[in-house]
Amino acid sequence: MKRIFPYLKPYLWAMSLGLTIKFVGTIMDLLLPWLLSYLIDTVVPTQSIPMVLFYGGVMVICSIVAVVTNIQANRMASRVARDVTRTVRHDLFQKISLLSCRQVDAFTIPSLESRLTSDTYNIHQVVGRMQRLGIRAPILLLGGIVVTLTLEPVLTLVLLAILPVLGFVVYKISQKGIPLYTRLQQAVDKMVLDVRENAGGIRVIKALSKMDYEKEQFSQVNAEVTKRETTAATVMAASNPLMNLFLNLGLTLVIVVGAYRVNSGLTQPGKIIAFLTYFTIILNAMLSITRMFIMYSKGSASAVRIGEVLDTPEDLTILPEDKIETPYHITFNDVCFSYNKTQNNLENISFALKKGETLGILGATGCGKTTVINLLIRFYDVDSGEIRINGQNVNSIPFQQLHQKFGIVFQNDVLFADTISENIAFGRALHSSAIEAAARYAQASGFIDQLEDGLEHPLTARGTNLSGGQKQRVLISRALAAQPEILVLDDSSSALDYKTDAQLRQAIGEHFQKTTTIIVAQRISSVMQADHIMVLEEGRILGYGAHSQLMESCASYREIAKSQMGGGAANEQ
Amino acid sequence: MNNNQKSPEGYTNRLYLVKRIWKYLYQHKWLLLCAFLLTLGSNLLVLVGPTLSGLAIDAIEPGKGAVIFEKVFFYSGLMILFYAVSSSLSYILSVMMIRLSQQVSYNMRQDITEKLMELPISYFDRTQTGDIISRISYDVDTLNASLSTDLLQISTSFITVIGSFVMMLLISPPLVIIFLFTIPASILFTRYRTRVTRPMFKRRSAKLGELNGFVEEVVSGQKTIKAYHQEQTMLERFDQKNNDAVEAYYQADYYGSMNGPFVNFINNISLSLISVFGTLLFLFGHISLGNLSSFVLYSRKFSGPINEMANIISELQSAMAAAERIFRLLDEAPEPEDAPGAQELSNVQGHVSVQHLNFSYTPGVPIIQNFNLEVAPGSLIAIVGPTGAGKTTLINLLMRFYDPQAGRILVDGHDISQITRKSLRAAYTMVLQDTWLFSGTVFQNIAYGKKNATMEEVVAAAKAAKIHSYIMQLPQGYNTVLTEDGVNISKGQKQMLTIARAMLINSKMLILDEATSNVDTQTEQQIQQAMQSLMKGKTCFVIAHRLSTIQNADQILVVNKGSVVEQGTHSQLLAKQGFYAQLYNSQFQ
Repeated sequence: MKRIFPYLKPYLWAMSLGLTIKFVGTIMDLLLPWLLSYLIDTVVPTQSIPMVLFYGGVMVICSIVAVVTNIQANRMASRVARDVTRTVRHDLFQKISLLSCRQVDAFTIPSLESRLTSDTYNIHQVVGRMQRLGIRAPILLLGGIVVTLTLEPVLTLVLLAILPVLGFVVYKISQKGIPLYTRLQQAVDKMVLDVRENAGGIRVIKALSKMDYEKEQFSQVNAEVTKRETTAATVMAASNPLMNLFLNLGLTLVIVVGAYRVNSGLTQPGKIIAFLTYFTIILNAMLSITRMFIMYSKGSASAVRIGEVLDTPEDLTILPEDKIETPYHITFNDVCFSYNKTQNNLENISFALKKGETLGILGATGCGKTTVINLLIRFYDVDSGEIRINGQNVNSIPFQQLHQKFGIVFQNDVLFADTISENIAFGRALHSSAIEAAARYAQASGFIDQLEDGLEHPLTARGTNLSGGQKQRVLISRALAAQPEILVLDDSSSALDYKTDAQLRQAIGEHFQKTTTIIVAQRISSVMQADHIMVLEEGRILGYGAHSQLMESCASYREIAKSQMGGGAANEQ
Repeated sequence: MNNNQKSPEGYTNRLYLVKRIWKYLYQHKWLLLCAFLLTLGSNLLVLVGPTLSGLAIDAIEPGKGAVIFEKVFFYSGLMILFYAVSSSLSYILSVMMIRLSQQVSYNMRQDITEKLMELPISYFDRTQTGDIISRISYDVDTLNASLSTDLLQISTSFITVIGSFVMMLLISPPLVIIFLFTIPASILFTRYRTRVTRPMFKRRSAKLGELNGFVEEVVSGQKTIKAYHQEQTMLERFDQKNNDAVEAYYQADYYGSMNGPFVNFINNISLSLISVFGTLLFLFGHISLGNLSSFVLYSRKFSGPINEMANIISELQSAMAAAERIFRLLDEAPEPEDAPGAQELSNVQGHVSVQHLNFSYTPGVPIIQNFNLEVAPGSLIAIVGPTGAGKTTLINLLMRFYDPQAGRILVDGHDISQITRKSLRAAYTMVLQDTWLFSGTVFQNIAYGKKNATMEEVVAAAKAAKIHSYIMQLPQGYNTVLTEDGVNISKGQKQMLTIARAMLINSKMLILDEATSNVDTQTEQQIQQAMQSLMKGKTCFVIAHRLSTIQNADQILVVNKGSVVEQGTHSQLLAKQGFYAQLYNSQFQ
C-alpha cells in the first residue's frame, strides 16, 4: 500500500475533516444507548414526565445529528476514494503509454490491462471502505480500553497483554496472505489472456471445432484461479476465529485473575461484570479491524502490482544533442541490433536517403525488415552504430519531435472504435479537407463514399466491420493525412489488389514529393520504382541499389523478380 | 449492445435473478445445508459463552476470601473449551463458504466460456473483448464476494430478528405497535432507495466494462499510438472513460451508503419512541421496570441486524447488477441449433454449388447479390477482385459463420443448412490472413488442428512449411512458448506456422484467404511444393493477389460489388480484356 499513500496526501485535509465528521456521528451512535440506559436507570425512578420527554427529545436530536453526519462523512469518503482512484489510474495509464516496447513485452499486455482495471478497482474499494470502517472500530477499541482502565486497571492490563500476541498473529497471517493474493492476480492475468485469445481466434476455433478443447483449456486456468483464491481466502479467514479465540482466552484469564483479586479484596465482583460488557465492545472493534486488515492485504497486493509499473525506470532517455552536417535526410550507419541480446537480428546496416527519396525493403520473412523500422522510430535502441534524421541522432530527438515526423502503417496496425474520419485524424488537429485528401490518395474514398454516412461511418473495435483491404486503406490514409516528413509503410498494402496498389503508389509519387518514403513489401511491383531498394537476408544487406542495378548485381533479387512477374517484368526494363 | 434479450423484463425482476443465482447454489446444496447448520451451531455457542462466564462470576460473587476457586477454574476451563470449539466451527464455516462461493465462481466462469464458444461469430465482431473480460472477471467476483459474506450475515440476522420480535411480542404487545410504524417505514424506505440506486449500480458495472473495453483497445494499439505521438490524446480519452467509471462508482457508493445511516435513523427514532412511551406506560403502571428494560434490550437486539442488513443492501445491489450482466451474456442467442434431423456430412467429395446467394451484414447494405457458382470436386477456384468486393464474406458463408438471407449453398448435393455445423466445418481446412496463434508452445500451436499429433508429424509439417529452421533457432525449439505479441516473430512467420497447422489437417476442402500475403515470394516458392501437396485432390478456394497462386487455378472468379463479373481461366480472362485484365496489368504500371 506504501505506493498509494502519496496519492492520499493531497486529500489529507478532506479525509481528516471527513473522519472528524464521522467521529461526531459515531459518538452520537454511541451516545444513544447510553442515554437510553440513563433514562431507564436514573430518570424513570424520578417519575418526572417532563424529564422523560426531555431525554426523549435529546435522543431524537442525537439521531438526526447521527444520520446527517454519517451520510456526509460517507459522501466525503466516497469522494476521496473517487479522486484518488482517478489519479492513480491516470498516472498508471500515462506511465503505461510511456513504457518502451521492450518493457511492454516484459509485462505483457493482458497483465498491464488487468493492472489498469481490476487492481485499480481493488484500490478504489479499499480506500473507500477503510475510511468508513476506519473510524468506528478504533474509537470503540480505544474508548473500550479507556473505560475498562478507569474501571479496573489491573484487569485491563491483563487484557492488553493479549494485544501483542494478536498483533503478531495478524502480522503473520497478512505476511502469508499478501503473496497469495499476488499469486492469485497472476492466475487472473492468465485467465484474462485465455479469454482474449479465445475472442480473437474464434473463427479458427469454430472452423476446427475446437470448442470443447478450449472449454477444457479454460477450465484448467479457471480451476487455477479458483484454487489460488481458495488458498488465499482460507489463510485470511483464519484471522477472524483466531482473533476471537485469543480475545476470549484473555477474557478467561481476566476472570481467573479477577477471582484472585476479589479473593484478596482488591476489587469487587460487580466490576468484573461491567468489565465483561465493555469487553464485548472491544471484541467487536477488534473483529472490524481484522476485516480491514484482510481488505488491506488484498489492496496491498494490487498496490504492489501498480507500483511495479509506476516505478519502472524510463529506459529510453533523450541523450544530449548529437548533430552533424549531412546532405542526407535519413542515415543508418553500421547499425547492429538484437532483441534478446544473444543473436543479432540486424547486422551492419548502413544506408542513406536524401529528402524525398524512396527506399524499398525486400527480403524473406523474419529477415529484419520490421526491425529496421522499429529502430528508426526508436521503439528500441540500437546496440551499436547510429541512426540519424537530418543529421541528428534519433536518440537525441525528443519523442514528440521524432514521432511527429512520421506517417506510419505497421504490419498489424489497429483501428479504433470510432468514426473513419477520427481514425484518420487520430487525435491530430487536422482539417477535414486534409482528411478527405488523405483518403483520396490512399484510394479509400471509393468505398468510403459508398457508405451512407461517408467519413463519419463508425468502425467497430479493431475495424471488424471493414474488409482487410479497406482497413489497410484507412490506415494508409491515417499515415498520409498530416503530410509527414517520413512515410513508412510496413507491408501495409498486402491486401490491396494490384490495381489499387499501383494507384496508391502513383498518388504518393505525385502528392508527396518532399516526403521521404520507406516501403517494406513482399511484392516487387510495390518497390520497383523506388530510388533505392535494400534486399535483406538474416539481418544483413544482401543487395542495395535501384531496380535495374539489382537486376544485374543481385542474384536473389533477380530470382524474386522473375518469380513474381514472369518474363514480362524483366523485359520491361 | 444486447439486442436479443430473451426476457427484457426478466432482468429487472430481482426475484428472477435470485432464482438463477439459486440454481448455482443449489448444485452445492449439501455444502449449503452444512453451512447453515454450522451457522446455527456457532450462534448457539456464542450464547453459551456469556452464560459460562456468568457462572464463573457467580463463584466469585461471595467476595473477599470466599471465592470458590474450584468452580472458577472449572467454568474457566469450560470457557476455553467452548471458545476453542466455536472458533474452530467458525473457521470451518468460513472455509466452507469460501469453497462454496469459489465453486460457484468456477461454474459461472465455465458457463460463460462455454457460452462464448457457442455464440455466433457476429457477437465477437460487435463486442469489445474488454467488456467480455470485465464480465468474466469483475462481475463474477463481485457476485461471489457478496454470496460468500452476505448470505451468512443475512441468515444470522434473520434468526436474531425473528427471535427478538417474538420475545418483544411476549413482553408487551402495545409497545410493539411502535414497530408497526417503524418497520414498514424501514422497508418502504429501503425499497424506495433500492429503486433509486439500482440504475446507479448498473451504470457502475457498465462503465467499468466500457473502461475495460477501452483499455483493451488502446493498450493493444500502443505501438501505433506511440508512432503518432498520440499518448496525450489517448490519455485524455482515457481520463474521460476513467472519470465516467469513478463517477458512476461514486454515485452508486454514495447513494448506496445512505441506506445504512437512514435505516439506523429510523431505528434510533423508534428506540427513542419506545423509551419515552415505555417509560410513560411504566409511570401509568402498565409495565414493570424489569420488563421495560428487557424490552428495550430486545429492541436493540432487533434493530442491530436490521442496520446490518441495510448496510449490506448496497453490496447486494452491486451483486445484482453484476448478476444481470452475467446472465445477459449467458442469454445471448447462440448460433442457431443445427436444423432438426441435420445430417453428418461424411465421405466428402468436395462438390460445392452456390445458388442465388444474397447476403448483407446490415440490412440495406447488400454485400453479396445473386451469387452463383459451381465447383467440381478437386478443382482450384481463385477468387479475385477489389477489396471489399465480398471475398471474405463468401468464406464466412461457406463455413456458416454467417447464414445467407436468401439462396443456398450445397456441398455434395446437401444443403449446408441441413448439415451439422461441426461436420461441415470439419470438411474444410482454413488458413486466414489474420493469423491466430495462442500462448502455448510451437508444438501445441502447430498440432492444434489434429488430435494426438506426434512430434514427427509436426516436424514434418513445419519442414514442409519451411518454418522448421526458424523454430530450431528458438531457445527451446518446438517447446518454445509463443507469447502473444512476441517480439521475435514476424507476420510472415506466423502465416507459415498456420500453414504448418493446416498441413496436419486432412479434409477434403481448403480455404486459403490471403494465406501467404506476408510471406516473401522466395519462401512462398519454397513452400509451393508443400502447398501443392496440401491442395492435391482437394477442392480449394483461394483468395490471393499473387499471380503465382492464381495462374494455375482451374477457374478464376472475378468478383466485384458482391457478384461474379467474370469467370474463366487465366488465359481466357486475359484474352477477354475485361476487368481481370485490367487488374492484372496494373501490377506493371
